[in-house]
Amino acid sequence: MTGRGTRWAAGAGLGLLVVASAFPFYWAIVASLSPEAALFERPSLWPAEIVLDHYRALFEVRDFWVPIRNSLVVAGATTLFCVVVGSFAAYAIARLRFRGKALIMGFILAVTMFPQISIVSPLYLLLRALGLIDTYPGLILPYLTFAMPLTVWLLVGFFRQLPADLEEAALVDGASRWQAFVKVMLPLAVPGLATTGILTFIYCWNEFLFALSFTLGPERQTVPVAIALFRGQYQVPWGQILAAAVVATAPVAALVLAFQRRIVQGLTAGAVKG
Amino acid sequence: MARIELDHVHKTYPDGHVASRDLDLAIEDGEFLVFVGPSGCGKSTALRIIAGLETPTEGRVRIGDRDVTDVSPQERDIAMVFQSYALYPHMTVRENLSFGLRIRKMPADEVEGRVETAARALGLEPMLDRKPAQLSGGQRQRVALGRALVREPQAFLLDEPLSNLDAKLRIETRAELARLHQRLGTTMVYVTHDQEEAMTLGDRVAVLRDGVLQQVAPPMELYRRPANRFVGGFIGSPAMNFFDGSLLSGEDGWRFRGDALEVRVEAPGEASDGERVTLGVRPPDVQLAEDGSPVTVGAEVAVIEPIGSQQIVHASLPDETRIVAVLPVELDLEEGREVALRLPVEAIHLFHADSGERLE
Repeated sequence: MTGRGTRWAAGAGLGLLVVASAFPFYWAIVASLSPEAALFERPSLWPAEIVLDHYRALFEVRDFWVPIRNSLVVAGATTLFCVVVGSFAAYAIARLRFRGKALIMGFILAVTMFPQISIVSPLYLLLRALGLIDTYPGLILPYLTFAMPLTVWLLVGFFRQLPADLEEAALVDGASRWQAFVKVMLPLAVPGLATTGILTFIYCWNEFLFALSFTLGPERQTVPVAIALFRGQYQVPWGQILAAAVVATAPVAALVLAFQRRIVQGLTAGAVKG
Repeated sequence: MARIELDHVHKTYPDGHVASRDLDLAIEDGEFLVFVGPSGCGKSTALRIIAGLETPTEGRVRIGDRDVTDVSPQERDIAMVFQSYALYPHMTVRENLSFGLRIRKMPADEVEGRVETAARALGLEPMLDRKPAQLSGGQRQRVALGRALVREPQAFLLDEPLSNLDAKLRIETRAELARLHQRLGTTMVYVTHDQEEAMTLGDRVAVLRDGVLQQVAPPMELYRRPANRFVGGFIGSPAMNFFDGSLLSGEDGWRFRGDALEVRVEAPGEASDGERVTLGVRPPDVQLAEDGSPVTVGAEVAVIEPIGSQQIVHASLPDETRIVAVLPVELDLEEGREVALRLPVEAIHLFHADSGERLE
């Protein structure tokens, strides 16, 4: 009796939660498919008429491919770099014995504590001096400073959970440190690497402040910046903004769905059996 | 195959814990040496130092004719079986077995041959293509053993390899290990906390305590002539009985007088009258005295544990100290009964009260 009652309540609660979190996305899809006029005159949860005008405008008039490409390049490169370099750093911190380890971890953490807004101006001056304003490296480098600590911290956790016996077995078996890392530790850390990579990618994909500050024109603007700049002096093209939002969310959603099991595995790691 | 030499090895961990104090020991070529001791005694550290997974703070390590103190584990040509088995979970049994050979760039057909041989010897053939997660504990243990075997190394290091098996399998595998050592004749260094395992497997047994080597000797010598009170108490089950008291010299020879008992003892050469000593006697050596036998110890039976052919009898001496005896099960004893026990002169061990060292 109580079992049924609580289950019913839990189901209802879950349902509400799903509706509440999915509704904005649903509304964005509906609105992006409704004619502009209908959006303001008689908005409806169920579109009376489906048009692809907004998407057409997005890609034909605005050439939305450019910001998508920019975002993919910047987020992709940052993620790749973070995971590769981050896994070396994390392995070293998790496994090797060396002086000042705690200090290094502290520094890495400290970097993430600066409010972004407080370092935008100095970073701008720095990047300008290096001639990197409005370039891909001009975004990737600042992103790395924020994404790398996150990556390293997450991966240190994953590597620590892997049994030390495994790599010692590899060492005694005749593997070098490098071979033990590549052939034994890395394959076991894949769930962790996937989780970390996805989190880093999402972070870079959504980043707005740096992308806005360090780009000058549409050639290098990323998706969030491009969307923010859709609004003209006299009108806000809601239909196109929401179409762009759908387009921008889709790859991330696809990525997360594709790696869902890996992420869950990664977040609950430690179940690696020796 | 090789002789392994630990030359005054000292190991202090960064946190200040001393795991090995002046460990000086040579393991002969082809020998089966067992390190035994309670947890934290430094036995695993000793093994890891031989493997090269730990570097000694002081002292040298030699394998064969080579000083390997500063040589990485990779270059030492030894194989190790871990307590956790440490099988590579993402590889099949075949890949696990061949990992150490492939990484040394051995030709594929030779790898194949060695894996087949080891798999046949250990009965692993039907499961070569399975992953470790699909194996039982006993099978995993065999894979771990096989991974060491295929290497044909200079020496095998085994770190409590049987401790995760159930009792029956443990005894079977123990016998198998002994056979394996006989067949291969390769030096084996084995770590365990189980004195029975140490006694049954070792050519020689090295007893460690707090990082200090207490005694290294063949099992029976360890049992018959423990070098100190700790070894006496650690080796043998049920554990040796100990009584504190002093040595007295009389006209009919030496006597030991404690709070609870007074018995005749053989005079050790270095004994002096009135010296404080600890008397040790093993439970199987304690006998039930025949009526009228002169020197006996009166005790009251407290607990009886029958173990098949024998019974373990816990009895209370007049001052409430306990004495344990292993007696034939035919003796008709019951709890609460008064018995007279005899401690045979030849079975008595004497240790210095302070140092715990054996009186010679």
